[in-house]
Amino acid sequence: MSGDAPLPQSASPRTEPGDLTPELVETDIWTDDMVARAGIPVVPVPFVTVGGGIGSFVTVDYLRIYGVPAQQIVVLTGLDVPWQSYEYLTRVSQIPRTERLRSDSQSRPDNIWGFPSYAVSEAFAAKNLKDFLWPLWNVFTEPILTNYYTPRAGQAFSGMEKEMNRIGYLQSVRKGQVRMVRRRAGGGYYTILTPPAGAAPTKRIAYQSQYVHIAIGYPGLRLLKDLQDYRLTYRDPTKVVNAYEPHEHVYDQLRIRPGKVVVRGGGIVASRVLQRLIDDRDKYHLQTEILQVFRTFYTGPHGKDIFNRRPGGHGWAYQGFNYPKSVWGGQLKEKMAKLEGEARAQAYEEMGGTNTPFRRNWLEQLKRGRSQGWYREMQGTFDNIRPGPNGAGVVVAMDTQHGRLEEYADFVIDCTGLEADIRESRVLADLLDHSGAGRNPKGRLDVNAQFEVIGTRSRPGRLYASGSSTLGGPFPGVDTFLGLQISAQEIADDLARVGFVKRMGPGRSIAQWWRWARNRPI
Amino acid sequence: MLPTLNGRLQSRILVTAILGGIWTLLITPVLPTGAPLGESYRTTFIILLTVIVLGVLWEFLYHFLQQFRWEKDWPSSWGLFTGINEGLLIWLLINVGGVPGVAHVPGWAYLIQFVTTWFLIWAAQNGPLRVPFIRWRFNGGRFL
Ligand SMILES: Cc1cc2nc3c(=O)[nH]c(=O)nc-3n(C[C@H](O)[C@H](O)[C@H](O)COP(=O)(O)OP(=O)(O)OC[C@H]3O[C@@H](n4cnc5c(N)ncnc54)[C@H](O)[C@@H]3O)c2cc1C
Repeated sequence: MSGDAPLPQSASPRTEPGDLTPELVETDIWTDDMVARAGIPVVPVPFVTVGGGIGSFVTVDYLRIYGVPAQQIVVLTGLDVPWQSYEYLTRVSQIPRTERLRSDSQSRPDNIWGFPSYAVSEAFAAKNLKDFLWPLWNVFTEPILTNYYTPRAGQAFSGMEKEMNRIGYLQSVRKGQVRMVRRRAGGGYYTILTPPAGAAPTKRIAYQSQYVHIAIGYPGLRLLKDLQDYRLTYRDPTKVVNAYEPHEHVYDQLRIRPGKVVVRGGGIVASRVLQRLIDDRDKYHLQTEILQVFRTFYTGPHGKDIFNRRPGGHGWAYQGFNYPKSVWGGQLKEKMAKLEGEARAQAYEEMGGTNTPFRRNWLEQLKRGRSQGWYREMQGTFDNIRPGPNGAGVVVAMDTQHGRLEEYADFVIDCTGLEADIRESRVLADLLDHSGAGRNPKGRLDVNAQFEVIGTRSRPGRLYASGSSTLGGPFPGVDTFLGLQISAQEIADDLARVGFVKRMGPGRSIAQWWRWARNRPI
Repeated sequence: MLPTLNGRLQSRILVTAILGGIWTLLITPVLPTGAPLGESYRTTFIILLTVIVLGVLWEFLYHFLQQFRWEKDWPSSWGLFTGINEGLLIWLLINVGGVPGVAHVPGWAYLIQFVTTWFLIWAAQNGPLRVPFIRWRFNGGRFL
């Protein structure tokens, strides 16, 4: 998971050499002298990216392809490979390598051009005619005759691995946890890294750079209050779980003993969890009973007028991806870019909200469950959760459209919540408190159309951010592969404007693509 | 590529003119037009121009239809199949004398020219064009 490990606060004015001093902690803009006085070694480098996940990876990919040498880039991260956090989250939320993701064929973090698309690559890697034709037919007929084509998780990971090696990404990686980014008097920034214990002679290292990019993913897991209360009060982390936590024990138990599960949420994770429960039910002939609880319950297509109707039904809102597709390049991208403040927040409300893709196999499973009586769905919000009679299972008290209701369950799987406040991340909190960063209409980090964090400029340096912590800005699709690439391209073009690298035109682009296609290193 | 109206128009005009133009240059000599080469070129280029001019009008209709789609997208198969209505209309216009400068063109010659040109443009817009123009797909099909 993301989020910083708590570090000991330096309460006393005396600190060991190479650590943060109270002077540094309290000063917004640091001078070189202050850093030197603290005894923190300084490493100069033009460009630093913090996080080292998929957002950092695609940004480095763009810059390397535009022509920035690996020596001018440093990636500060705790990860061994860029997709590590992502693979963890997808695996626990029921997308192993063989399952398909939720992004389209052109969303390729291993290929800035999106050509050939995943579908074409999958077809040409096929071993028989059917596997060759299916992906091509799928992208050709989507979303009319078929559901949107989506790549397998494994294909995305192995593609990224190949691109990572091609661009020599690991040369730029420095391991550790970033504590803060501060502006530097005289321009640019200091990024403070805490290397793993024993890996460096000092406790901190300062990377001094003209440009900083922050892509730290999810600030944290948000457990809803009822769930937290249950865990704190009854000290039981097993019967009530969040889908983003490892929870295999639930599926294991259900195989041993029949049981009832309450699933909360109406997003893709809820869909995946239901699929896993029902697949197991079918495969092992189980008696699992499922109750699904939606906070917002859609009985059918919904939206403000005939030009804005989103399909829905049985509680769900259906949408191919987490936003309508044209936010990644068409009409809605253009429209959103023009909105500010309240109008922007409102548009986010209308297009976003919790939704899941329309997939025929999922619909079939739920329909079967409904008719055979082992699957029910309802509108409701949890009031509280308490242990069941004789310590077996739990009782969930809910407020529903039919009034108050109590349901017994052996397990509750909560499928909401990677939405923690940006303050949960120490780095982001520090930016808000000391570096002039502010919040956008959705409460996240306020960035402009070039993904520069508004208010943090330290001339001639610039500080950028991408990924989920910037949701709510002029471009809504930030927390996706394609969105991270769109951000990376904006950042690379902005860096070209200030002269850090040459803007890539058609000639270089073709030449670089040709290298990519033959897997030639940069 | 998920088009905006402006992007549609730019893509229609530029891709048809440049890519379609090159293709017309290459393919015209082998088309069964039954006419001398100079005259054939005249005919095929007028047809190409008609695809652009009428196409601009069609794009307004497509853009309007796109408004009924929640995702404001334009499925790639539709980009291919709209060749049917566009191709038929031009054929009809040629035969009623509605395309200035084109009196007659053999059915096969027209079919081959139109279908191959349409397919080429469609295929290019669904992939290879992203290679030279990295910003095009994120800008709703705008080049400028
Ligand atoms: C279950 C799930 C499925 C998804 N499926 C899709 C999909 O199918 N298609 C799609 O396009 N998108 C999908 N996404 C969304 C998104 O593309 C991914 O989450 C992607 O990994 C986001 O990349 P990122 O770089 O922003 O964050 P991450 O890949 O999570 O990387 C951020 C990294 O920064 C590290 N970090 C945080 N703080 C610090 C610090 N102080 N110092 C150093 N490192 C730090 C974190 O530990 C983390 O490893 C999915 C997300 C989830 C959760």
